Amino acid sequence: MTGAELSPAWTLIVGAALVPLLRGTLRSVWIVLLPLVGMVQLAFMPHGEFGQLEFLGEALVIVRVDRWSVVFAWVFLIAALLGAIYSLHVRHALEPAAGLAYAGAALGALFAGDLLTLFVFWELTAVTSVLLIWARRSERAFRAGMRYLIVQIGSGVLLMFGALQQLAATGSIRFEHIGLDAPGGLLIFLAFGIKCAFPLLHNWLQDAYPEATESGTVMLSAFTTKLAVYALARGFAGTESLVWIGAVMTAFPIFYAVIENDLRRVLAYSLNNQVGFMVVGIGIGSELALNGTAAHAFSHIIYKALLFMSMGAVLLRTGTVKGTDLGGLYKSMPWTAAFCIVGAASISGFPLFSGFVSKSMILSAAGYESLFVTYLVLLFASAGVFHHSGIKIPFFAFFAHDSGKRCQEAPANMLVAMALAAALCVGIGIFPAPLYALLPYPVDYEPYTGSHVLTQLQLLLFAALAFSVLMRTGIYPPELLSVNLDFDWTYRRLLPRMLGAAGDALGRTIASAESGAARVLLQLETRARQLHGPRGVFGRTWASGAMGLGVMLMLLAFLLSYYFVQG
Amino acid sequence: MQLPGEKARWLDKSENVTKVYRAVWTVCAVLLLAEPLVHKHGEFAMEEWFGFHAFFGFVAAFGLVLAAKRMRRWLKRPEDYYDRR
Repeated sequence: MTGAELSPAWTLIVGAALVPLLRGTLRSVWIVLLPLVGMVQLAFMPHGEFGQLEFLGEALVIVRVDRWSVVFAWVFLIAALLGAIYSLHVRHALEPAAGLAYAGAALGALFAGDLLTLFVFWELTAVTSVLLIWARRSERAFRAGMRYLIVQIGSGVLLMFGALQQLAATGSIRFEHIGLDAPGGLLIFLAFGIKCAFPLLHNWLQDAYPEATESGTVMLSAFTTKLAVYALARGFAGTESLVWIGAVMTAFPIFYAVIENDLRRVLAYSLNNQVGFMVVGIGIGSELALNGTAAHAFSHIIYKALLFMSMGAVLLRTGTVKGTDLGGLYKSMPWTAAFCIVGAASISGFPLFSGFVSKSMILSAAGYESLFVTYLVLLFASAGVFHHSGIKIPFFAFFAHDSGKRCQEAPANMLVAMALAAALCVGIGIFPAPLYALLPYPVDYEPYTGSHVLTQLQLLLFAALAFSVLMRTGIYPPELLSVNLDFDWTYRRLLPRMLGAAGDALGRTIASAESGAARVLLQLETRARQLHGPRGVFGRTWASGAMGLGVMLMLLAFLLSYYFVQG
Repeated sequence: MQLPGEKARWLDKSENVTKVYRAVWTVCAVLLLAEPLVHKHGEFAMEEWFGFHAFFGFVAAFGLVLAAKRMRRWLKRPEDYYDRR
C-alpha cells in the first residue's frame, strides 16, 4: 500500500473492464456509479505524492495530487459522468467500457508525477479512445480511427524520446516545469502540441472526432486536448511562443467552421479555437492567465460536451448532422434545441453563462500584459466563435429552413445528461466562486463589472446583427455538400500521391530492367538452341567420314600456319 | 414550412421572422445608447472609444464570413473527394 491505489483512475479503468460482464440495469447502474465513486475518492484525496516506486533504477511518482491536477480531475470526472449517462441507451458494451477506460487513463495522466508514468497513460488514452471511433463500425470510421491512432501514438513516442533525453542529461524523469531549452524539451513540447492540436498538427481532431459514435464524440471532446493543455501548463507555462501559437489557434479554425457542412466537424473546429484561448493563457504565464486557462478548460469541457451531446442526439434521431439536410428540428426536439442554445450561449461567453467567467480571465491577462495584437486576435476569435458555434450550430440544426424532418425527441438518458450539463453551464456562469476557489492560484478577479458586461454584449450582439444582415441579404454562404481542404490534405492526398508516383517510377525502372535482362537471356537461349539444339552445329550427329575430313582440314590449317610462321 | 395536419408555429410566418430581425436591430441600438450610462474601462485606450466593441463585433463577423466564403473557391471539393481512389 503506497497510497497510489487511492487514485480514481484505477476505479474507472478496472471498473470499465467489468462493464462487458454486466447486463441490463446492473450495467447502467455500474457505469454511472464509477465516476461518482471517483468523485468521492477525489474529494477525500489529500494533497501530496503517493505511489513512489523504483523502476529500472528510476524513481516514479504514480500519483501526485496538487491544485493543478485536482481542478482538472474534477472536470474530467464530471465529463465521465455526463458521458456515461449519455451512453446509457447504447446496448453494446464497447462504447461505455472504452469511454470509462479512456477517462480513467486521462485521470491517470493528470496525476502522473513523472514522465514515464505520464507516457504510459498518454498512450493508454490513445488506445482506449480509438475504440470510440471504431465503435461506429463503418469503413470510413475505421480509416479515420487508424489515422487518429497513428498520430496519437506518434505523440507518445515523441514524449518518450524527450523523457529519455531529459533522463540522460539530468538523471531525473520527474515531470516539473520543462521549458523549450531543457534537454528533450522540444520533443516533449511537440508531443504535447500534437495532442493539443497546434496549428498544422491539428487535423487529426477535425478528421476523427466527427466520425465517432454519438456518445463517443462527447467523451473524445473532453479528455485528449485538455490533458494536453494541462501538460503544457505544467511543463511550459510562460513560454512566449505559446502566445502566438494559441492566437493562431483561436483565429485559424473559425474560417473553416463557417464553411463546414458537418455540424459535428464545425464543433471540432471550434474546440480547436477554444483550446487556443487556453494555450494563449499558458503562454502569458501570469497567475491570472494560468487561472484563466484552468477555469476555461473546466467550463469548456462541460459546454463542449453539451454541444456535442445535442448534435449527437440529432444524429441519433435523424441519421445526419449535415447542415444541408437539417433545419426546423425545434418542432420535433424542443428540449434538445433548448439545451443546445445553452451550450451555444456558454461557448460564446454570454454574461450569466460559463464561458463568460472563464474566457474573460485570459483576455484580461492579455490586456494586463499589454499584448495588444494578441488581445485583438482574441476579441476577433470571440466574435467569430459566437458566429459559428453560437449561431450557426443551433440555427442550421433547429431553425433555418424547415427540412420537413420530423422525429422523436432525444432519449430520456440523453436529455438528463444534457440537462445536467446545461445546469452546470448556467450555474458556473451565475456563481463562479466555487470554480474560482478550485483554481491553482488565489483568485482576485471580478467578471461582472458594468463595463465588461456591456462591452461583451455589444461585441456579441453586433456579431449577431452581422449574421442577420448577411442572412437577410442572401450574402451568407449556403451550406453545401462538400469537404474543404485542410492540412490533412498533405497526408491524405499529397503524400500518398507522391509515394504512389515514386512507387510507379520505381516499378517502371524495375520493369524495364527486367525486360532488358529478359531479352538478353532470351537471345542467349535462342543462340544456344541454334548451336546445341537437335539441329545445331554442335548437337547434330555427324558421320565419322565428315569427322575425319574435319580433322584433316584442321591438321592442314595447322601445317600451313606452321610454314608461314617458320618461313 | 408547415407539414399538412400540423399546427402553424409562430416562426412559420415570415412576418414574425421579420419581427425577430428588427428585434436584433433594436437590441443593438439599445446597447449602444446604454453606453454613456456605464463607465467603460478597457485595457487599451482604443477600447474606451464610443461603440468600439459594437463596431469590432460587427466588422469581425462580417469580414469572417466574407473571407470564409472566398476561401471556398480554393478549398471546396466534392463530398466524396477522399473516398475516390
